[in-house]
Amino acid sequence: MTITPELIEQHQLTPEEYQKIVTLLGREPSYTELGIFSVMWSEHCSYKSSRIHLKKLPTRGKHVVQGPGENAGIIKLDTAGIGGGWVVAFKIESHNHPSYIEPFQGAATGVGGILRDIFTMGARPIAVMDSLRFGPPAGSPNAERNRRILTGVVSGIAHYGNCFGVPTVGGECVFEECYSANPLVNVFALGVCKENEIFYARASGIGNPVIYVGAKTGRDGIHGASMASAEFTEESKQKRPNVQVGDPFLEKLLLEACLEAMHTGAIVAIQDMGAAGLTSSSCEMGSRGGVGLDIDLDRVPQRESGMTAYEMLLSESQERMLLVAEKGREDEVFQVFRKWGLDAVTIGVVTAAEEGAGKLRVRHHGKLVAEIPNPALADEAPRYDRPHDVRPYRKAPIEPPSHFPDSEDLNADLLRLVASPDLCSKRWIWEQYDYMVRTNTIVGPGSDAAVVRVKEMNDTGISIAMSLDGNGRYCYLDPREGAKLAVAECCRNLATTGAVPVAATNNLNFGNPERPEIMAQLVEAIEGIAEACAFFEAPITGGNVSLYNETLGEGIYPTPVLGVIGLMKTAMPAPVRFRGEGASILLLGGLGRNHALRFGSSEYAKVILNQLWGLPPQLDMAYEKRVHDCVREILASGLAESAHDLSDGGLAVTLSECCTNEMGASVSLETGERVEFTLFGEAPSRILLSTSEPDRIHEIALRYDVECPRIGVTMKGRLQIGDEHVMWIDIPTTDLKQASENSLPGLLQPSLLHTHNVG
Amino acid sequence: MKVGIVVFPGSNCDHDAWYAINRNLHGGLHANAEFIWHDSTDLSHVDAVVLPGGFSYGDYLRCGAIARFSPVMTAVKKFAADGGLVLGVCNGFQILVEAGLLPGALLRNRDLKFVCREVTLRTETTHSPYTSKLQRGQLLHMPVAHGEGRYFADERTLDTLEAEDRVAFRYMDNPNGSIRDIAGILSRERNVMGLMPHPERACDPLMGSTEGLGIFESMLSTVAVLTAPVPALTR
Repeated sequence: MTITPELIEQHQLTPEEYQKIVTLLGREPSYTELGIFSVMWSEHCSYKSSRIHLKKLPTRGKHVVQGPGENAGIIKLDTAGIGGGWVVAFKIESHNHPSYIEPFQGAATGVGGILRDIFTMGARPIAVMDSLRFGPPAGSPNAERNRRILTGVVSGIAHYGNCFGVPTVGGECVFEECYSANPLVNVFALGVCKENEIFYARASGIGNPVIYVGAKTGRDGIHGASMASAEFTEESKQKRPNVQVGDPFLEKLLLEACLEAMHTGAIVAIQDMGAAGLTSSSCEMGSRGGVGLDIDLDRVPQRESGMTAYEMLLSESQERMLLVAEKGREDEVFQVFRKWGLDAVTIGVVTAAEEGAGKLRVRHHGKLVAEIPNPALADEAPRYDRPHDVRPYRKAPIEPPSHFPDSEDLNADLLRLVASPDLCSKRWIWEQYDYMVRTNTIVGPGSDAAVVRVKEMNDTGISIAMSLDGNGRYCYLDPREGAKLAVAECCRNLATTGAVPVAATNNLNFGNPERPEIMAQLVEAIEGIAEACAFFEAPITGGNVSLYNETLGEGIYPTPVLGVIGLMKTAMPAPVRFRGEGASILLLGGLGRNHALRFGSSEYAKVILNQLWGLPPQLDMAYEKRVHDCVREILASGLAESAHDLSDGGLAVTLSECCTNEMGASVSLETGERVEFTLFGEAPSRILLSTSEPDRIHEIALRYDVECPRIGVTMKGRLQIGDEHVMWIDIPTTDLKQASENSLPGLLQPSLLHTHNVG
Repeated sequence: MKVGIVVFPGSNCDHDAWYAINRNLHGGLHANAEFIWHDSTDLSHVDAVVLPGGFSYGDYLRCGAIARFSPVMTAVKKFAADGGLVLGVCNGFQILVEAGLLPGALLRNRDLKFVCREVTLRTETTHSPYTSKLQRGQLLHMPVAHGEGRYFADERTLDTLEAEDRVAFRYMDNPNGSIRDIAGILSRERNVMGLMPHPERACDPLMGSTEGLGIFESMLSTVAVLTAPVPALTR
């Protein structure tokens, strides 16, 4: 087949990129080779727009064993020798585009992909979290489709995670119109193994066999990586065949077989076949190991007949792995996979580097169909310093509206807020996830951070806490500050359970990087993350970049999602909710400064005023860190009956979340600000505590130079908030709980409401 | 007590059951669990068998429908026929029903969704190897996690179950639409029990409830009696 300019364009390669291919090969590529370059040089696989900026992220730290560049980052549990050699592998990945086209399978295979990233490193996955963005489920012209996407995505995640047997322990779910035609599905996974059991994707040993294991190759998902690297148009919906179909049962077998095979000692290197399937796994393994790989496609297990080399190389069929075994020990590997009923076939061999570079050689029907130096695909991929010397894109005004009316009914406002899709209880979602399988989950969904102990690691007395956060509204108004706030919020979530942050992963969801004002958002956000992660000592060990999140020219809010993991002593942390009556309520961090300029990014402005303006809340990182250190000492001293950090919705919403059906609070606030700002402003660096020992907590707060006013007392049955003259809010706690709990079921499955026993 | 935990391809609560029995149950002093691969046919060395939760064979066709043909199930049937204790939890319950060791069926949940939450169970009978250490009417808190847990049987079967005191546990807050709130049932000989909720997930203080231990303690005391040396009639 002759390579025409049209064909090059269809493969989303620029004429300049094509010229580079010709130079690297010293000849015109074949059609198959063009396909290979197209996926390997796609934004999704090559990070060509983001790579030079990602270098700014801090990646080293005393816990870091493996930083970015492998399938997942790895940290060691302990640096003082009491960690028993245990390490933690974790990463976040997006599956945004497939989830829009086919929500159930798109989300399910997103879970499958990130799980393989974890166990390909030798670690058994023990926890998953998800960060989701959808269009509004009500009050939008797209509401019906948005609900369908949400329902499909949630059941897809549930289907895959539950069947695989990994608990989905937490996450977040936020709604904005800009995600209507471009939902975000980011999935985080974490696994554990011993440091001496880690496997890498570095092929070595000339003559060693290359073995294909797992599912057979079909035509599904061809060019998925390229699809994920383009804007969406009307025709995109016709790309449904590009979405892969997942089989979590097969993945569970693959997990057990891979871990068992790794224990034989016969495996040299292993890499999952994710985006760009067989192509990327073989050239990345070769490239990392500095060797070549010869592959014979006739030996690849196939699900359909008559597949071309192009199709086989670019297929993204799920649940497949490529591994290099020690020559002569193949049978040990085959035996394990036979036990688990899986295909395992030698399809190639490791070859020596020629002229300094290993070559990927692919044969089909006895003919050489591709011969490419590995570095050309992996290392020589284009890198762009795309123009970004403009102000980040934003349409919202800086100035607050000259006048917005005083609230007519603060009770009604609070009830509307706690029932709003962003702030309401997400029980409808997380009850579909098995969040307890493996009996490690100490704190599951619905709390600030998730906490898992690991049974096998009990001797260490160390548990792992994790939190996901991102705020597109904040980042739209100021990408740099918004990104820093996301890091701070994750670290605050961890601190509120008593954990110390040790490392982070990020998923950068942005629009079209070829637009300078979008590229500026990306650069600003990366720099913000870099600054905050360095400050909070949570180095980035890996992550994912998802660009071109635009449909019909409309971009999403810039949405960096941070995942931070922390370590803590194994123990039941203080709960989020109030316990006994008569406990003092303290606001660690103080009332904060909430004013008009910073109020336009709040949930109150969004839900009640239906507006967006100004800047995100102001973050003082040094103060934030003192609050974290302070709350950890308070929690370690056992002084808090409950602890919950303030975030979206501000103080009044946080107080509501701390209430139970039985237990409420009476709160009195002295403030010179407008009441709405005090109640609903989202100033960071604040944690709500209840305690029977306020004096001892005050002593600790004083030592950290952190404000800690006593704002009230727990009380049965009602939430009352006021100052010494006026009661602003007075609502029965049962009304607050009902508003929060009934909201999502009412929107998504109204027919079920009457049968639900909401607790 | 020696417990065999059957591992089917796709079982994923096998380790949790192992841990509950070997670590949580009296610190593992009196019980010892081991895994039994699904193609094994020998159960002669164990006192009790647990069919754990999970997605055996991917739940293809119907939950438990393929697992019932697994080689180990022939041995399990014989083991049960000989009076051995067989506890099926969640997917294990579904397999027992498919295998005909227990009556009825487990249908898709009323809400057509997977549900994972803590439920409250009422102990309906103490006359069984699984409930002998409990009180009648005793409430137990433990999680459910299933998509197909809605117990169903025809009226005659249900009446028989009740007449023969074979409903072991009922839900106080029925999470799945099970008929007559049934959460767990016994075989006619009372040595086989199927239960949708997960007692093995409620054995560790860190998991929020230890009220599942009573079921394993009951099994332990039953086995202790069954396997105690027979005392001489006269001395």
